[in-house]
Formats: sequence, structure tokens, C-alpha cells
Amino acid sequence: MLSVERLVKQYPTGDTALRGVDLEVPAGQVMALIGPSGAGKSTLIRCVNRLVEPTSGRVLLEGEDVTALGAAALRRARRRMGMIFQEFALVERLTVMENVLSGRLGYVGFWRSWFRRFPPSDVEEAFRLLDRVELAEFCDKRADALSGGQRQRVGIARALLQNPRILLVDEPTASLDPKTSRQIMRLVCELCHERGLAAVINIHDVALARLFVARVVGLREGTIVYDGAPDRLTPDVLTTIYGVEDWTERRGRGGADEEDEPEVDEQRLAGLT
Amino acid sequence: MTGAAAAARRWAPPPLIASAWLRGGLIVGAAIYLALALGTLSVNWYRVWEGLDRGWAFVVGFARPDFVSRRVEISEGILESLVMTVTSTAVGIIISIPIGLGAARNLAPLPVYLVCRAIVAAARTFQEVIVAIFFVAMFGFGPLAGVLTLSFATIGFLAKLLAEDIEDTDPAPAEAVRATGASWLQLLTYGIQPQVMPRLIGLSLYRLDINFRESAVIGIVGAGGIGATLNTAFDRYEYATAAAILLTIIAIVMTAEYGSGLIRRRVQ
Repeated sequence: MLSVERLVKQYPTGDTALRGVDLEVPAGQVMALIGPSGAGKSTLIRCVNRLVEPTSGRVLLEGEDVTALGAAALRRARRRMGMIFQEFALVERLTVMENVLSGRLGYVGFWRSWFRRFPPSDVEEAFRLLDRVELAEFCDKRADALSGGQRQRVGIARALLQNPRILLVDEPTASLDPKTSRQIMRLVCELCHERGLAAVINIHDVALARLFVARVVGLREGTIVYDGAPDRLTPDVLTTIYGVEDWTERRGRGGADEEDEPEVDEQRLAGLT
Repeated sequence: MTGAAAAARRWAPPPLIASAWLRGGLIVGAAIYLALALGTLSVNWYRVWEGLDRGWAFVVGFARPDFVSRRVEISEGILESLVMTVTSTAVGIIISIPIGLGAARNLAPLPVYLVCRAIVAAARTFQEVIVAIFFVAMFGFGPLAGVLTLSFATIGFLAKLLAEDIEDTDPAPAEAVRATGASWLQLLTYGIQPQVMPRLIGLSLYRLDINFRESAVIGIVGAGGIGATLNTAFDRYEYATAAAILLTIIAIVMTAEYGSGLIRRRVQ
């Protein structure tokens, strides 16, 4: 489905973000990409759709070499890769519906998009997706009138309206509260399963990743240091990915404190159990 | 309490210029220059006294503005100014948008950026009156020279501010639009335009007022409009007519200001 081969990215400033990454994502697999800030997670998924131009290496999407494509062919390839962003990246002054329909920009011509005359089937599909993410009644609201969780659901609908084969998801929950984070992760994973989509999800929150994905890849300093099932993420593995830290530490200043602490919170802090 | 230790620590904000000598020298130097400069202005007090009379005649003219005796000239001048204002603003906006896009570093490749920035710099270097003198020399007296002058000035103003606003846009929505497979024009109309449109409308309306006011000034050097009428009124010592013209200009500018304020609030 997606295969990344010896991908290297060196920024003009001299920073090397990726040092020869090899990654294979089979069709329909939802995987999490974890690692410390600056490990190259965002760069990696942006190299896949070439929002960031890789320095060397290849990216194959369904057998097609994305890195070799010209401008028009690259736009066609991007239609098959839906992207979801950390700060939602909605166009705030446009309505919810316009934001969702912008997922069709790769398919419709300039004048159609300028006059907002999208094909009826696109509009119908947009309504269906808004129903699915429970935002149909907001379709004429401006995007900046929505809450964080609602905005991210608009972002998800926009990505899905592209009718993609794979989702590239960049820190979908970093701007959300813990409950909304779980809801958004659940929604993304459900939608992937419903539609048989593969997904690469960059995520800081190890505990959250473990709840929802089938495979975890750990990235450190531009190199893959872990690739396996989420339940094999032992303290040793976490140390390899993130560096030394006591991953099993609990609040131990007194029995009363410990009982107050709900179990979920501990999992979130330690990234374990 | 260890009062002695606490009192020993003193703090003052760091001065803007570290060297005390340089700081003092700059202040003294500026004061000396100001004193010398004032000394070179020779004031002819007798002439000032005479001028007070003329000033008073002007004030009296304002008290009794005469809209009637030159009403044909005034209305023709105002109409010509309005025509110049509207056409030059429209032409200016249409030319400014592509130049503004080219002058935004986050959109344009370096060569395009440099060319567009050079055009903006050239359009901003010269004051309207100087440009007007040049165009009057090229195309003769009349509103054509005025329209060209104001269009040129509008480009310098609007393209620069539009480019800066584009450079300040949030890159995330633009990136998201790019990720959908949008073309460059779609990136502009979905990712950039919604972010800059309120400001572009506000600036265009503001420029409309400026162009009207400037049309009165460049008329004095022969580029058409109400300025020419105003100049003639002063030349003939018809202060009452001049006052009428100035009051008309003030009324129009205030109306435009009020109207543009209303529109700007609507588009936010």
C-alpha cells in the first residue's frame, strides 16, 4: 500500500530530520508513529505527500513512486492521501461545508471551486460525512465558531471527502482535552476500519496510541528504533525511543494520594499497562 | 530579617544605550543642532503682521462660504475628482493584487518576488505631487494625468500592504488545502483569500478616501479635479469660494470615512 524506502530529509539549515527510513504500511493497517519532539515524525508524513520535499529515497503509494511525479501527477496522487492536522488547519473564515468540500479541490476545476459549484454527488457525500461525524446542523456555521473537537471532526470529514486510500494524521489530539482526544482517536480508527483505510498516526500520547492501534513504530533522531505490537512497548523500549526516564514511577507520597489517582491517568502518565 | 544584605542589592532598568558618554553626547548634540537650526530661520515679523490680515480674511470667508457664485466650476471639479478617485482606485486595486501576490515571499519564487518588490518600492518612492508633475508633463493638463498618478500611488500602497498581510497568514490552512491536491489557483482562493479578504476590502476603502483627498492636491499642479478649482479660487482671492470647496471636500471625506467604517465592520 505505502512503502517508504531509505527516505532522507536534510533541511537547508543542515538539520537532518530523517536518516534513511524504511517503512511498509499494508492496506487497511492503522499504525501509530511515536517518538520525542524533533524525532522527524511530522517530516516523515509530510515527505509522503511531499508537502516537504524529501532529499533522497523513494515513497511508493500503491506501487507509484510519489517522489518522481511532476506537479499535475503529484496533485492526483495527493487526492489518495487524506491528511489530518494538529491544529485542525481549517480555513477559519469559510463555513464548515466549504471546509469539507475543499477535500474535493483535487478533483474539480478552478472555476467550479471558485463559484462553489461542486458536483451534486460531492455535496451529497459531504452531507453524509457531516452526518457521520455528527456535525450536519453546523454546515453553514463558520469554522471558527466551533469547538476544538468539532473542528477536528470537520478536518476528518475534509480528509475523507478526498476518498483517500490512506490517512496521514499529524498529532490529531495534541490540542484537545483527554476525553475529546479519545473520542477523536476512536472516530479516526472506526472510520479507517469502516472504509478499509490505512493510516499513519503521529502521536505524542503513548497510552492513547496503545488503546487504538495495531502497530507502533518508534522514531528517534530520524531513525526507526522500534516496530511492533503496542503491548511489547516495555520500559526498555520506551527508553530506547525517548531516552532515560523512570517509566514505572507512580505517585508514592502516601496511600491516600494514590487512591485518588484514577487508573486511566496513571496509564497516560506512564504510557504503560 | 537580614536587612543589610537586602539593602545591598539595587536594581535599575538597563538603559537603551549602554555608554553614559554616548548617551549624554547624543542628547547635548541634538539640543545644539535644534538651537542652531532655529537660529537660521529668520522671521520677518512685519510680514507676519501683514499675513494676519489675510488669514483673517480667510477665516471670515469660512464663516460665510459661497457655494453659489462659482457653483458650476465647483460641481464640475467635484465630479471630475470623484471620477478620478473611483477609476484610479479600481485600476490600482486590479493591478495591485497580482503585484501583491508576487511580492509575498511565502507565495512567489525569488525572481518574481524581487521584481514585484522593486515595482512597489518605485511606486512608493515619489510623493503623489511629484508623480503628478511628471504625468502632466507627459500627457498634458487634465484628469488623465491625475488618474495615472493616483493609480500608481495606489499600487505602491495596496500591493505592499497586501503582500505583508499574505506573509502574515496562517500557513496551516494553506498547507491543508495543498494536501488535498489543490492547484495553485485553488490554493490562493481557498487557503489565502479567505484570510486576507477583510483586510483587502478595508485597505481598498481606505485608499478610496486617500485618493479623493489626493485628487484635490494634485489638481493644484494641473492634474485635473477639484484641486484646480480650489487653486483658481485662491489665486483670485475668492476665499468664500475656497471655503465652500474645502467644506465640500470635508463633507465627502467624512461621508466616505463613515461608509467605509460600516462596510469594514460587516466584512470582519
